[in-house]
Amino acid sequence: MSTNLVQAAYIIAAVLFVLSLAGLSKHETARRGNAFGIIGMVIALVATIWLAADQAEHALTTVLLILVAMVIGASIGLWRARVVQMTGMPELVAMLHSFVGLAAVLVGYNSYLSTHGLTGAEENIHLVEVFLGIFIGAVTFTGSIVANLKLSARISSRPLMLPHRQLLNLLAVLVSIGLLVWFMAAPSIVPVAIMTVISLAFGWHLVASIGGGDMPVVISMLNSYSGWAAAAAGFMLGNNLLIITGALVGSSGAILSYIMCTAMNRSFVSVIAGGYGSAPSSAVADHDYGQHRETSVDEVAELLRNAASVVITPGYGMAVAHAQYPVADLTARLRKRGVTVRFGIHPVAGRLPGHMNVLLAEAKVPYDVVLEMDEINDDFPGTDVVLVIGANDTVNPAATDEPGSPIAGMPVLKVWNAHDVVIFKRSMATGYAGVQNPLFFRDNSQMLFGDAKDKVEEILRVL
Amino acid sequence: MQVGVPAESGPDESRVAATPKTVHQLIGLGYDVLVESGAGVRASYPDHAYAQAGASVGSPEQAWGAEVVITVNAPADADIARLAEGSTLIALLAPAFEPGRLQRLAAQGVTALAMDSVPRISRAQSLDVLSSMAGLGGYRAVIEAAHAFGSLFTGQVTAAGKVPPAKVFVIGAGVAGLAAIGTATSLGAVVRAFDVRPEVGEQVESLGAQFARLEVPEQETTSDGYAREMSADLEALAMALYARECADADIVISTALIPGRRAPRLITADTVAAMHPGAVIVDMAAANGGNCELCRADEVVRTDEGVTIIGYTDLPGRLPAQASQLYGTNVVNLVKLLTPDKDGQIVLDLDDPVIRSLTVARGGEVTWPPPPVQVSAAPAKTAPAPVAAVAEKPPPDPRRRYVGMAVAAVLFALVAALSPTAFLGHFTVFALAVIVGFYVISNVAHALHTPLMSETNAISGIILVGGILQVGSQDLTVRVVAFAAIVVASVNIFGGFAVTGRMLKMFRRDDSR
Repeated sequence: MSTNLVQAAYIIAAVLFVLSLAGLSKHETARRGNAFGIIGMVIALVATIWLAADQAEHALTTVLLILVAMVIGASIGLWRARVVQMTGMPELVAMLHSFVGLAAVLVGYNSYLSTHGLTGAEENIHLVEVFLGIFIGAVTFTGSIVANLKLSARISSRPLMLPHRQLLNLLAVLVSIGLLVWFMAAPSIVPVAIMTVISLAFGWHLVASIGGGDMPVVISMLNSYSGWAAAAAGFMLGNNLLIITGALVGSSGAILSYIMCTAMNRSFVSVIAGGYGSAPSSAVADHDYGQHRETSVDEVAELLRNAASVVITPGYGMAVAHAQYPVADLTARLRKRGVTVRFGIHPVAGRLPGHMNVLLAEAKVPYDVVLEMDEINDDFPGTDVVLVIGANDTVNPAATDEPGSPIAGMPVLKVWNAHDVVIFKRSMATGYAGVQNPLFFRDNSQMLFGDAKDKVEEILRVL
Repeated sequence: MQVGVPAESGPDESRVAATPKTVHQLIGLGYDVLVESGAGVRASYPDHAYAQAGASVGSPEQAWGAEVVITVNAPADADIARLAEGSTLIALLAPAFEPGRLQRLAAQGVTALAMDSVPRISRAQSLDVLSSMAGLGGYRAVIEAAHAFGSLFTGQVTAAGKVPPAKVFVIGAGVAGLAAIGTATSLGAVVRAFDVRPEVGEQVESLGAQFARLEVPEQETTSDGYAREMSADLEALAMALYARECADADIVISTALIPGRRAPRLITADTVAAMHPGAVIVDMAAANGGNCELCRADEVVRTDEGVTIIGYTDLPGRLPAQASQLYGTNVVNLVKLLTPDKDGQIVLDLDDPVIRSLTVARGGEVTWPPPPVQVSAAPAKTAPAPVAAVAEKPPPDPRRRYVGMAVAAVLFALVAALSPTAFLGHFTVFALAVIVGFYVISNVAHALHTPLMSETNAISGIILVGGILQVGSQDLTVRVVAFAAIVVASVNIFGGFAVTGRMLKMFRRDDSR
């Protein structure tokens, strides 16, 4: 009976997880979604701990062990969650992914070590499950660590360009398949260990060869992997809850990656293959766009004072400069004056899907003035001033005008249709894609050089 | 360049091709405007209003002699002779009905632009005179009908008894028909409408009318956006419908027109005879022969049975001020298209399909009819294509995908045949969960991607379950490893949920507005 009760708890938890993800699709229901997730998790854990205590010989020690481990993990997790800066969200998410990967590897090894007495097809299937679970887990683990290091700028975000890197990846996969065959023919820890090393290296290399700007895709891809790792663990343990949850997370991550890829007009394969933007295209260099125009804080303040509608298009630069608070102040100030202020967010702005929205929300910008690219693109012709803060490729007219450009065809925010465009930038350097931005040289564009945060604060003082 | 606006020569024409407002816009495009004295009087636009808008007021000779002449109706032969060689004429020229006039214009060396030849494409909507006039006509048709109708439009319950609402039947749901439907419903009548194009049913219903449907559905849209004559047996069905609906209606407004052809005969003498006394028919197609057999253009006919048939051909002209304003604005929009540099110089870009369509004479030659312009985005004929034909579409061969799917299914079946049942059970769950995840996530707002990701992260910490179940093992290694797994996964669960909660708390709506 107790097993059935546990199964019931698992089913309830699984339903709650689905509801949780469904709830997170809208602002209105998002908090309820999170609550569902927490409740589902509590139900699942209580049921599992009970089951574990029931099965173990020393119930008390087992439960104690579990609780001690959980308290340690919980305190680390809660501490990180409390202190993390919203600009550092991508790093945290990447780190959390790596933990799922690591856990999957550990559970995989354990499952191999502790399961005995299977024969025939059952044994084969189990071995494949163990093997796959460890493989995916290990790739997720090191991949996420590299993503974390890149995002926190502890290693260069430039793509690592090993010679024959595609071949290396292929080789890693082929050797792993070979090891799987060996493992199934003669189950022992050796092939698994070799495979673990290879897959750790493979995960590392996979993400290392992808540049910083593709991180939104990489993170959602790793999110997907962490889900598949959990699902694989579920197969090993014959646990439906793990399978359901893993599959949910896996497919959600896959969809997110797909959305990100469409937003950049790139195929998933080309992102994974990496190396984007590493060599600034020479075709661009001989293109003379003319002179850019510099402006001053006072002039921008004057422009804003006379504007009736303003659109702000932030990019990763805003996050780097921590400019979201002064930008929010500016928004509030302008709106008090009766100026319509809206935000236009490109789907891949920032280093994490939805990154800009989180930053703006943190700075208390109401979410109903924060619009998606498609919602705002048609409104630019009627906009007086566009403030481009730390964005570059996402507002590049070359994507629509120059078929030869490396970013041709990528959907972009058509800020150049507005009456005036002010670009906050540190220098004339190119953006992540290494493509020159003709926007800077347009007649209605003005550059405001300097740290975005300082500049916005100065504008606030003038206003 | 100078734009001349002569007075209309027709005795019943009260419209004028430019109003003070549109004169102002033309001047803004760089033109000088000369209006014939008294041209706008019948449309309530006196000379001084034009002068105030910046136009000069002059004689008929001056107006006709301008470099660009705009009129509403096609000029009479005497006026054509007054046009200067090389000048441009913008007017309603009915090129399909008056080929002789085109010849005379061409012989005069005039570039003639027919406002009634604007193709029905979205870009040209702002210059589509037929639409703007038809809209006014539809409105006026209902007003004329109300005038001739001996009862109320709206139903009322009074101390003196109940008044039923008028029943209006509108034939043709084009611009005129829709305007008539809108006007009649807002007057309180019960409106039914029919059109050979079943897809307009939705538009009819959106205006609060009922759409009378034929039982046989067939696409009747031509590639140029107008209705077309129907096939024979369908026509018989439709005729029966007209007879039935007319007999039931108090007011019939017919707007059926086929461009360049005689208007279709839809209301026979028998149908009229079956209508009840006091009923009114407004035949908006009277100018093209009429939809009603008994209709006579520009006349009001009263049958022996007491049915009134109104055949006015100048319905838009009966609203002269508004009609002139709309026509004038259409002309301004055309001139805008012709004056890309806003410098008062006409540039005739014949590569532009809109301009090509309405240029009917140029450089001494008649340039009508123009090459056809494709209007409907959807293919005109949606023949029920057999499945085989669909499968043969070249670029992505779906057969290959089907084959791929079939191979995958067979492979899976082979693996499954060798697998234990428990595995298959798990696999079912897995497959379904993938699909659920797919659909659940497809609707997530962009703005919530980060919270979603940290939430899925927290949830994937469920792998903790694996660690928990293993920690009770006898094997020390297993216990240690499981312990580590629990620690790591807990970081995920607690950290993930906490950070999601933190983020979601920050998202707030602006309630001050």
